[in-house]
Amino acid sequence: MAAAVRRVLRASRGWSAALRAPEAPRAQTLRLICTTTAVQKRNIAASGPEKYTEAFIKNQIEEFNLGKRHLANMMGEDPETFTQEDVDKAIAYLFPSGLFEKRARPIMKHPTEIFPKQRAIQWGEDHRPFHFLFYTGKQSFYSLMHDIYGKLLDIQKYQDHLRGQGLLAENRKQINLIGSRWLIKEELEEMLVEKLSDHDYSMCIQLLERLVTLPCCGIEEEYVLKFRKELAIQLKKVVIEPLQYDDQGVAFSTGEGKRKTSRASAVVYDNGSGKITVNGVDYLCYFPVMQDREQLMFPFQFLDRLGKHDMVCTVSGGGRSSQAGAIRLASARALCSFITENEVEFMRQAGLLTADPRIRERKKPGQEGARRKFTWKKR
Amino acid sequence: MAAARLLQAVVPRFSCFPSLGKAAPRTSQLSSRLYGTLLAPEANQQVDPNVINDKLITEPLRHPDFFNVKELFSLKDLFDARVHLGHKKGCRHRFMEPYIFGCRLDQDIIDLDQTMKHLQLALNFTAHVAYRQGIILFVCRNRQFGHLVEVTARDCGEYAHTRYWQGGLLTNAHIQYGTGVRLPDLLIFISTLNNVFEPHVAVRDAAKMNIPTVGVVDTNCNPSIITYPIPGNDDSPLAVELYCKLFKMTITRAKNKRKQMEVLYGLQNKAESS
Repeated sequence: MAAAVRRVLRASRGWSAALRAPEAPRAQTLRLICTTTAVQKRNIAASGPEKYTEAFIKNQIEEFNLGKRHLANMMGEDPETFTQEDVDKAIAYLFPSGLFEKRARPIMKHPTEIFPKQRAIQWGEDHRPFHFLFYTGKQSFYSLMHDIYGKLLDIQKYQDHLRGQGLLAENRKQINLIGSRWLIKEELEEMLVEKLSDHDYSMCIQLLERLVTLPCCGIEEEYVLKFRKELAIQLKKVVIEPLQYDDQGVAFSTGEGKRKTSRASAVVYDNGSGKITVNGVDYLCYFPVMQDREQLMFPFQFLDRLGKHDMVCTVSGGGRSSQAGAIRLASARALCSFITENEVEFMRQAGLLTADPRIRERKKPGQEGARRKFTWKKR
Repeated sequence: MAAARLLQAVVPRFSCFPSLGKAAPRTSQLSSRLYGTLLAPEANQQVDPNVINDKLITEPLRHPDFFNVKELFSLKDLFDARVHLGHKKGCRHRFMEPYIFGCRLDQDIIDLDQTMKHLQLALNFTAHVAYRQGIILFVCRNRQFGHLVEVTARDCGEYAHTRYWQGGLLTNAHIQYGTGVRLPDLLIFISTLNNVFEPHVAVRDAAKMNIPTVGVVDTNCNPSIITYPIPGNDDSPLAVELYCKLFKMTITRAKNKRKQMEVLYGLQNKAESS
């Protein structure tokens, strides 16, 4: 409203100025007719938190670098080779904090990581906006959509060109999307430094999916992969220790295992006769119960090597059954060094190499035990 | 009778024809903007920079077709681009009846002679706005041509909006964009309707904000509040490509002319002062 009023007044001034100009070539004075500033005043509450200027951020970066050098001097390190990890360690040493929330502890990081990314003023000296989609309101997002659609059209043109030459069937290049996922809405917002709505995000992903379905989309592969994130590899590669040899030339291997609160460590020797020693005592004396001895012998029986290995193990903690289980796991892990990869896989599938995660469940208040409730009385 | 009544409705629109001789553009907000960005004249300089700027601005206004936009298109080009094809009789808008040549097999045919005149006026006006370094915003909500319009705008160095129009973009600009934003000085509609075949909100908002509009109006559109309507087809790809090409050529021509004139007057100034 105020803008409209100002426009009309300026226009009228402009017209009259155009008529007056030939007569008096003096400096034009801009008499700004004041409209109510209250109308034009920015809604402070709606604008959000105070924005950081370029100069301020630059200042902060200089202070950070200076501070880093001071810190290096204080710790007696070389300021040139002081990395961010060293900074973190130094801060943790100088300002020890007992707070549980890691993000509440004192930190010293580069200002670009602390201050959120901002948008600079979008127009130049003559007030013309820099970006051609500025007046849409969401310039980064719509320019992204524009670019993706442009690439889609390019791929279609390329496909038509190939089809015209009859080479479409051979030149199919698809993008490999296995092992990655599309960026989530928050990540896309961070990339564009702009708020998105769910609808916008879904439109963007749909357009990318459409691009990926084209037969010759391989030409824009690296652009599309910018919007894919690699999924973390779930499985950890099991490392099999190589065999060690003692002074007699007998091969042996060690393994560790646990079950409930028992911890066991076993050494399995080759060229043996099936002798097992537990904590310096023969296994028959240490485990009088048949069930425990069966647990001990299970890995060897599984691999048909019952009488071929000797074992010396130490075990502590827990009860009789859990100690037996711990030794079983330790011996299975030790045996991995003696056998082929396939047999390791068989053992893994049999459950011999997996630590049993079950532990004693705690007692809860208001109940007698972990699960047992108090006697329920009707009245 | 009906024809006479229609002509009466049309006369105010065509009142701009007598002023063809002057070819005065309807906004001079730009001139004051230019004066505002002037540097203070130095004391030792004899020639007042105001005088040069005056000449720069007023020189194009002395000619009816300073940028020679007539040569950019011919009636045959319009016909080949299928600009004369309108919608069916049932979709006809009452206010478009003056621009319709006739109706064949229920399809309205637009009068290309009138289109020529309107197109020349509109292109001339766009050229003047671009010459004075005004901000031009292309608006088109037709999904088929959105990308083309954006590309055209980018190539000219101007701006485009082919997406969902948020309510306060023009009327609530200071809160949406921040203070100090400069609104567009001209809105060009490649299609005045939005996706649900209703008049685009931007025509009304531009009229509210006193921003002149140039728009291609089809037989189902309302041309009343558009400053420079261009009756023509807005649905065929060929027609839209023609319009985009014409606007791009006029704007680039006007900008190049501006650079030439600045250089010319700059040289003249140096010649006079030395």
